[in-house]
Amino acid sequence: MHQLLQQIFSGIAAGAVYASLALALVMIYRATDLVNFAQGEMAMFSTYIAWTLVNAGLPFWAAFVITLAVSFVGGMVIERIVIRPVENAPILTAVVVTIGLLLIFNATAGWIYSYTLQEFPSPFPDRTLFGALMTTRDVGVIAVTLVMLAALFCFFRFTATGLAMRAAAQNPESARLCGVRVGRMLALGWGFAAAIGAVAGIMVAPVLFLDPNMMGGVLLYAFTGALLGGITSPVGAVIGGLIVGVTENLVGTYLIASQLKLTVALILIIIVLVFRPNGLFGTAVVRRV
Amino acid sequence: MAESVSLDGTAKLAMERETRMAIAVWRWAGTAALIAVAVVLPFTLSNYHVFELTQVMIYAIAVLGLNILTGYNGQISLGHGGFFAAGAYTAAILMHRYGVPYWATLAPAALVCFGLGVLFGLPALRFEGPYLALVTLAMAVAMPQLLKYFDNWTGGKQGLVLVKPMPPPELGIDRDRWLYLFVLVVLLVAIRVAANLLNGRTGRAFVAIRDHPIAAAAMGINTARYKTLAFGTSTLFTGVAGALAAIVIGFVAPESFTLFLSLSFLIGSAVGGIATIGGAIVGGFFIEFVPNFANDISDAAPWAIYGLTMLLFMYVMPRGVVGTLGPWLAHAMQQFRSARRAAK
Repeated sequence: MHQLLQQIFSGIAAGAVYASLALALVMIYRATDLVNFAQGEMAMFSTYIAWTLVNAGLPFWAAFVITLAVSFVGGMVIERIVIRPVENAPILTAVVVTIGLLLIFNATAGWIYSYTLQEFPSPFPDRTLFGALMTTRDVGVIAVTLVMLAALFCFFRFTATGLAMRAAAQNPESARLCGVRVGRMLALGWGFAAAIGAVAGIMVAPVLFLDPNMMGGVLLYAFTGALLGGITSPVGAVIGGLIVGVTENLVGTYLIASQLKLTVALILIIIVLVFRPNGLFGTAVVRRV
Repeated sequence: MAESVSLDGTAKLAMERETRMAIAVWRWAGTAALIAVAVVLPFTLSNYHVFELTQVMIYAIAVLGLNILTGYNGQISLGHGGFFAAGAYTAAILMHRYGVPYWATLAPAALVCFGLGVLFGLPALRFEGPYLALVTLAMAVAMPQLLKYFDNWTGGKQGLVLVKPMPPPELGIDRDRWLYLFVLVVLLVAIRVAANLLNGRTGRAFVAIRDHPIAAAAMGINTARYKTLAFGTSTLFTGVAGALAAIVIGFVAPESFTLFLSLSFLIGSAVGGIATIGGAIVGGFFIEFVPNFANDISDAAPWAIYGLTMLLFMYVMPRGVVGTLGPWLAHAMQQFRSARRAAK
């Protein structure tokens, strides 16, 4: 029982990271109907920026804030320069462009920082709580994710810009007629997604160690979480990410050797999707003919 | 009055027929010339280049398969590397364990991959867009792990080493050139089969489902059957390509069939032009040569150059090389023809 609770809790901590990245994917999907395959590598690159800053002697949280700001601007720049030209191209073209971005970020990070594993400092002390039921690290990761989610919720719910962004994602034409600068909102969306990804990267780096391929597996889990929750639903993405984290941990502990862990987790999730093809919280697209 | 109209119409029809026949003649001549070049080419190149071109043709067959599914039927697959692996291992196991001659492994590989594709296509009926992408992605990720797991069949991590096939001695050519010609024949057959399939009733059904599934169903197309068929046909082509790869390289191992292979097929398909047959060949060239070219430019970060090349291709030709240049060429030819007619 103790082990089960322990596994569930560390699953939730891992899931919090997947949930963040899943949320970033959903934000971009809602705005541009595009699955951003470069999301993980963008997050990895942001984490390297944080690593550089910390190594330069900055305190952790200062580096954290600066990294978020840099990532935000970087995300907006990428939307403007790289994504805008293929906005009206066939969907596969846009997908290939994000795969191209993935390769560019991965190779550039390897070129600048080399492919060796780097240790990344954790801002949380390494102690166990409640009779070794959970670690402070896990609690810290979950707390940071919750704060970020609350901040995002308030932004989208209570500010004029948040409202405009929701409008631009929901119905670009009408939003434009109401005077919303849709293009700018899409760029903002990419900026937010990049910053959220940066949080996920920084939270996961102390566990996985930093290297250019760090986010490959995380992105896959995040993608799965986003789809499990419903690719159009931000709440679904968060819950989906958490479910994936817990499932992954439990499957790895109780069902099968970790060699096939990924496969089994994916198969379980696909089975769920066969019964709910739009995800747990997604809405079916109703088409008018 | 009515007579003059009909005369006019007849004249026009005759002229159109003439144009169409001229185009057909040119097309046949062009195809024959291309095939002739493809047959002669290996005898003017070094062994290594012949091997590279053989790889190009194998990739072209795999991309052709993906084009049938993604380009003509509108279903995205990130998992064709998995079917490529299935084809490769079917051929490898037949050759390694049962001593089946290499040329006889293509049909079983095709059959196995068709079956797998149909099995996979059934649940895929319920998925669209990114969901289908996830399911196929899961396939691509799971494949290397599964291959390692069933190691008494697949040789596990070490893979299987195969005996490279020998050319018939009376031809007097070496192994690389023989394999090149063997793959060339398979490629030509594959193109012919794909063209017949896609230009006929089945192909029109695929396209109708891609463009408007509800309208297609309303017109009496059995969408479930045709979507599954598209999946099966697509994986059949890719599986044959996988079998050829196993034969030509003479070695299969789980690590050759990573997610990156699946992504390469998708990239090749998009660069060549997704709903074209010729685009598959362009895609094959891209997959084989652009990484080398990127390596020549920059030792430090070749994949960054590869990524940049992809972006460049997509900006300049968002519909792929053949998808963009094809219509442009056809338009230019028509202009030229009508100008010549006016001159007459």
